[in-house]
Amino acid sequence: MAASEAVARKPPRGRRPSDGVVGARRGTFWALLLPVVAFLAVFLVLPLVMMAALSTRADLRGPLLEPWAPTLKHYVSLAETPSYLRLLLTSAGIAVLVAALTTLLAYPLAYFLALRAGSRAALLLILLLVPFWTSYLLRVMAWKLMLGEEGVINSILMGTGLVDQPLSALLYNRFSVTVTLVYVWIPFAALPIMAALQRVDPAVLDAASDLYASPRQQFRHVTLPLSMPGVIGAFFLVFIPTVGEYVTPLMVGGTSGTMYGNVIQDFFTKAANWPFGSMLSVVMLVATIAVAILALRAVDIRRFVEP
Amino acid sequence: MTATGVVRHRPLRRTSRWLWAYYWLLLALLFLPIGLLALFAVNANTTLSFPLRGLTLDWFGRVLSTPALLRSAGNSLAVAAGSSIVATLLGTGVAILFVRFRFPGRWLLLGLSVLPLIVPFVVLAGALLVLFRAFDVDRSLLTVGIAHVMIGLPFVVLIMLARLVGFEPQVEEAAMDLGATYPTALRLVVLPAIAPAMVAAGLTAFTVSFDEFALALFLVGREPTFPVYLFGQLRFTTTLPVMIAMAVVLMAATLGLLLFAERVRRIR
Repeated sequence: MAASEAVARKPPRGRRPSDGVVGARRGTFWALLLPVVAFLAVFLVLPLVMMAALSTRADLRGPLLEPWAPTLKHYVSLAETPSYLRLLLTSAGIAVLVAALTTLLAYPLAYFLALRAGSRAALLLILLLVPFWTSYLLRVMAWKLMLGEEGVINSILMGTGLVDQPLSALLYNRFSVTVTLVYVWIPFAALPIMAALQRVDPAVLDAASDLYASPRQQFRHVTLPLSMPGVIGAFFLVFIPTVGEYVTPLMVGGTSGTMYGNVIQDFFTKAANWPFGSMLSVVMLVATIAVAILALRAVDIRRFVEP
Repeated sequence: MTATGVVRHRPLRRTSRWLWAYYWLLLALLFLPIGLLALFAVNANTTLSFPLRGLTLDWFGRVLSTPALLRSAGNSLAVAAGSSIVATLLGTGVAILFVRFRFPGRWLLLGLSVLPLIVPFVVLAGALLVLFRAFDVDRSLLTVGIAHVMIGLPFVVLIMLARLVGFEPQVEEAAMDLGATYPTALRLVVLPAIAPAMVAAGLTAFTVSFDEFALALFLVGREPTFPVYLFGQLRFTTTLPVMIAMAVVLMAATLGLLLFAERVRRIR
């Protein structure tokens, strides 16, 4: 990276900055750049590269920095064992479900706060975010108390005589994982939708009503399409961290609610088969980045403004 | 207002009322599990059965007499403070570089800085574990702190970018026309203007770190952070009320911190 290029800026309006100024900016440039580049190189890029390399290693014997004969055997065994890929698909399915439910539930909330709550909107939003300040683990733990056999929901069902035996199907499965994750994400998902709704120009709605659009038509043909970038943003904001989730299934998932992230965790901790865990991680990372790129394309606002 | 205006106003009010009801219903549902937990903190018994047999503040006292618990909270405080300060400095640097300089790799730098938002935590944790093992670095609060700088960085960069995008470079150029060097112009002109945003960014990074568990579980050494300690204790129903009492205290402290930050922002 040439220093002269580094300090080349947009052509200045008026006059060129003097050489002394460029020199001073050059020093600042490197002083700001070097620490963060060093940090990202050592603690983000290098670990991910090392992990990708490790995924081609047969086993963990010997020092990690010693060269080894690369092998694709873990990738081959992934292709030969459908259960891992099936679990990845299941996790993606859970994430889609969680993201869709969360976005759907958060939309009216965002609509109310952005367009109908008036001057109290800020206070009502803070109130919505308060649960966020409670420990994540305890919020998940709370759902164990809600859904367990001696939990709140079963107590209510038993108390009203709707069931004789406590339902055990509420906890330790995909259902409890989904419910808990939706619960955790709702306030967060409302934020991008709110931001999109706040940008809708009231004049456009006035124009629609001048053209005799009913409130329902105004919503369907004006407000909703204009808020789609926020909706898509909310969806992926929830989807991306949920695919790789391992903590919530660990706590309320039991064996049938296990997700792909739990398998990776097992290979890094209990099983101590890091090469295989690295291979599973690489596969998930590639898939996640592909989805993220798709998401960035989809949020392109122009696509929703133009017919 | 015309007659049609009046006609279209009625259904609007009705939907408003529905939305209002929806908001409060959802809010109640969001608070229900937390409220339930909070009951544990003041319930005299370790199991919850209604009606409550008695109220007590003993659990809060037990917090003070559980040294391991206090220690883990102190560890979390140190990790969150250290990592949020480093993340704020690095992230503010990235934002300034991105809006004030044109250089090759400008977009790459921004992309890498927000990449930790996309990399699943379990993958990032595994990768850092590989790195530290390869170079024989023992797991400790420091390794957790490094991971937390990484996940705080995207938040800081995004918050600082939003602040700096509307901040015209002419202001610094004016300062430099008056004889200030570029670093001086940054320090005396830009820094005061973006300081409140830096405080907000730092607090965000702090709260993200303080509550972080997925990375910490992989990278923590013998000294646990609060979430890691909490996770170990959740198996035991007898200590649950103490844990929840601690969480209530921490939540109150967070709330106080945020209100304080808001105050500081207003005074400025």
